[in-house]
Amino acid sequence: MNSISNIRAITKRELSAYFSSPVAYVFIVIFLFLMGLFTFMAGGFFERGQATLEDSFFMWHPWLYLFLVPAVGMRLWAEERRVGTLELLLTLPITAWQAIVGKFLASWIFLFLALFLTFPVVITVNYLGSPDNTAIFAGYVGSFLMAGAYLAISCMTSAMTRNQVVSFILSAVACLLLVLCGYPPVTNLLIRTDWAWLLNTVTAFSFMSHFEYFTKGVLDSRDVIYFLSVIGFSLFTTGVIIRSHRAG
Amino acid sequence: MQPSGPGQSGVILMIKVENLSKAFGPKVAVDRVSFTVERGEVLGFLGPNGAGKSTTMRMITGFIPPSEGRVTVGGFDMVTDPIPAKRLIGYLPENAPAYADMTVEGFLGFVAELRGLHGDAKKKAIQRVVEMCFLESVRYQSVDTLSKGYRHRTCFAQSILHDPDVLVLDEPTDGLDPNQKHEIRNLIRRMGERKAIIFSTHILEEVEAVCSRAIIIDRGQIVANGTPEQLKQKSDVAGAVLLVVRGVAGAQLIERLGGVANARRAAIVKEEPGKVWARVYPKSQNQNGDLARGVLAAASTWQVEELHTEEGRLDEVFRSITLPETTKEDKK
Repeated sequence: MNSISNIRAITKRELSAYFSSPVAYVFIVIFLFLMGLFTFMAGGFFERGQATLEDSFFMWHPWLYLFLVPAVGMRLWAEERRVGTLELLLTLPITAWQAIVGKFLASWIFLFLALFLTFPVVITVNYLGSPDNTAIFAGYVGSFLMAGAYLAISCMTSAMTRNQVVSFILSAVACLLLVLCGYPPVTNLLIRTDWAWLLNTVTAFSFMSHFEYFTKGVLDSRDVIYFLSVIGFSLFTTGVIIRSHRAG
Repeated sequence: MQPSGPGQSGVILMIKVENLSKAFGPKVAVDRVSFTVERGEVLGFLGPNGAGKSTTMRMITGFIPPSEGRVTVGGFDMVTDPIPAKRLIGYLPENAPAYADMTVEGFLGFVAELRGLHGDAKKKAIQRVVEMCFLESVRYQSVDTLSKGYRHRTCFAQSILHDPDVLVLDEPTDGLDPNQKHEIRNLIRRMGERKAIIFSTHILEEVEAVCSRAIIIDRGQIVANGTPEQLKQKSDVAGAVLLVVRGVAGAQLIERLGGVANARRAAIVKEEPGKVWARVYPKSQNQNGDLARGVLAAASTWQVEELHTEEGRLDEVFRSITLPETTKEDKK
């Protein structure tokens, strides 16, 4: 009971930290602007003439998250260390994992809100045609889980440094690698090598390949478990990093 | 899940530090430090910059684990049982960090919730510390707009929010103006009557004003431990008699004073035309004013302007203990 109330207090504080500064509003505006731009311009939503969001809307998410999510996660720990509030937080009667989970949840809720605000796209496609709404729902679930995985990696890199820019770059690069593992030009390269096991291993680690199933309307437990385990692993590593810093 | 209030728990020994060491790589920051703090004690933690004061405090509060040794707070081991130990402690870290984006009220509310205070108890606790630390006028102001003094007091308020049994304060008066320093010192002294308090400082007058005991730490080791009076006794001038005389030549003065019973030696402190300041050092501990009476008898024919026994000065003790060996020898 105690740990839940501690996590709630930290989540509440982190969420209010987003909204008490311009960060939240700037982020949401840019997020929605880019989503719209890519869907309707680059994604050719209207030209396709199909009542689906798979290729025009969801396909951009892994790429947009690449730099938008690290922007949300970069301050989580780096800022605390820079200002010195980490010392305050970790000498309060809470455990480190309560703080880690509380902070992660706050950012994840924030991303959920940003993602939720893309609902006009869903309304548009429903107005223009009759899409498969379960596939759209699955796509949103996948996108939310993927955002969590990006975010957990940002959390981890944020704990590594007291510099937010370094944290941003590290997590963007780490996420880029995980995206590229399933990017067709890269996988095509691997197909030529004749080593099926290598191709399978590499693509199994990719955000892309797991996210693709969601956008096609497939809610497979394996993909859910993949994203959740990325989150779990990254948050666990965050804890290890924080402990090792304190140990000097 | 409240920490037991003052007086409720029978524990007297609140902080126990045993053989505490901390090494950062090859550099030993704290080296086998041991001491205890009881309820009702205010322990001053003195030392030059980089002596290991903050590192020791960080280990006591559980921010960093020790390389060796043990810290127990209220009977709970800080490493194996950190949560109940941390509940007992209020901590003001060095530089008084606070979340810049929150208001004073919001910040205190956040800490209160993590301290397990909710609803009415939370409101009351915040009201109490806001009054104690004079934060009423900035209560709804955001922390990053506060002056240094107010920010410091906000962080101080946070440390006493749950009325802890143990207070650990790292330079609590740093960056405050003289009035604010006075207020904080009074507050520490008042709270020291029913809590165990450790605070670090390098302002020596503060130690004399507030502490019931002081520890001097240098290069990671404890080099002195006692009441401010005991520490002052270690001073060279402790028990010496200072004499101001008019119309006598310095050499004659020294000769006569050097012959006084109990006097180890006499020295001229300062000489102006027609006026001499001289100090007579005692042989052993000067007791019951024997030396002062001897000096007075020897000086009976002179025109004495001033005569008093010196207490010893803490800053002198501090300097002689913490100066590196080489500079000590240079001075000799």
